[in-house]
Amino acid sequence: MTYSYYKNMQQNNIIFVYQGEVTADLVSSILHMMENKLDGDGEDKKIKKKVFNVMVECLQNVYHHLDSADTTPGDGEINDRTALLMIGKEASDYYVITGNHIYNDRINNLKDRLDKVNKCDKDELKALYQAILNDGELSEKGTAGLGMIDIARKSGQKLGYDFHPVNDQYSFFSLEAKISRN
Amino acid sequence: MRNLIIEPTPKTPKVILNADINVFEVSGRSIPEDSVGFYRKILDWIDEYSKTPNPSTNFKFQLEYFNTSSSKCLLDLFRKLEKLAKGGQDVSITWCYDADDEDMAETGEDYKALLDVSFELVSI
Repeated sequence: MTYSYYKNMQQNNIIFVYQGEVTADLVSSILHMMENKLDGDGEDKKIKKKVFNVMVECLQNVYHHLDSADTTPGDGEINDRTALLMIGKEASDYYVITGNHIYNDRINNLKDRLDKVNKCDKDELKALYQAILNDGELSEKGTAGLGMIDIARKSGQKLGYDFHPVNDQYSFFSLEAKISRN
Repeated sequence: MRNLIIEPTPKTPKVILNADINVFEVSGRSIPEDSVGFYRKILDWIDEYSKTPNPSTNFKFQLEYFNTSSSKCLLDLFRKLEKLAKGGQDVSITWCYDADDEDMAETGEDYKALLDVSFELVSI
């Protein structure tokens, strides 16, 4: 059992995985640990900064989502306050992958936002970032709606995403940011 | 007025707002989950300072990392300085970034484009 987990992670180049509730302290711990790992691996300073920035946005995105998610006691096997956080390292790229439950009725809005970001080239992302920064009201949680754009800008690559249907109420949303090591 | 000194943490920057010696600096990391809560103290301080500002005011920012929720708070902060400048005060902002850090340079350019106040980008 343990060996199969190990082999699976190794074959998929996963260097970190966490499943459970996401607290601010947990985010701090993961960032601290990954920063040490990036330093220890002697990763290029520029790449290290990009990976760190993308990790901050991805992890805090999940944290804010779960913090605002309605709790659903008695909802059987789904605990929508838990998430999956994974970090992968391949020869050419780092991956930051997050997964969490979302209500089905929020899929369209989120998908539109992701598609909009993915359609933008570098200059369009810059313009969109400035426009939202300048006009967007800060939400109560302080997530300025800039997270996805920032991840796309800093990673320089399209955002990968998936909505996996779970039941009538929920889907499992995964977001994958890739940062080139070159 | 009272100075505002905040020691750095792994998620929040070092803040020195000392009107007595004319030093206004924010440096380090700004990646808190609750950016609004953190920056409120600073914004309030600037409101108070703006009532009796020094003859010249240079705010220096030297950030290693900041998250997107901080980015909006920083713009709010810059807007207050912009307002002070528009009121006839000598106000400037210096945005220092690591010479290797293209993203931090670019974010500085984003702010410069949005603001009508002296905003200097300095590579260090």
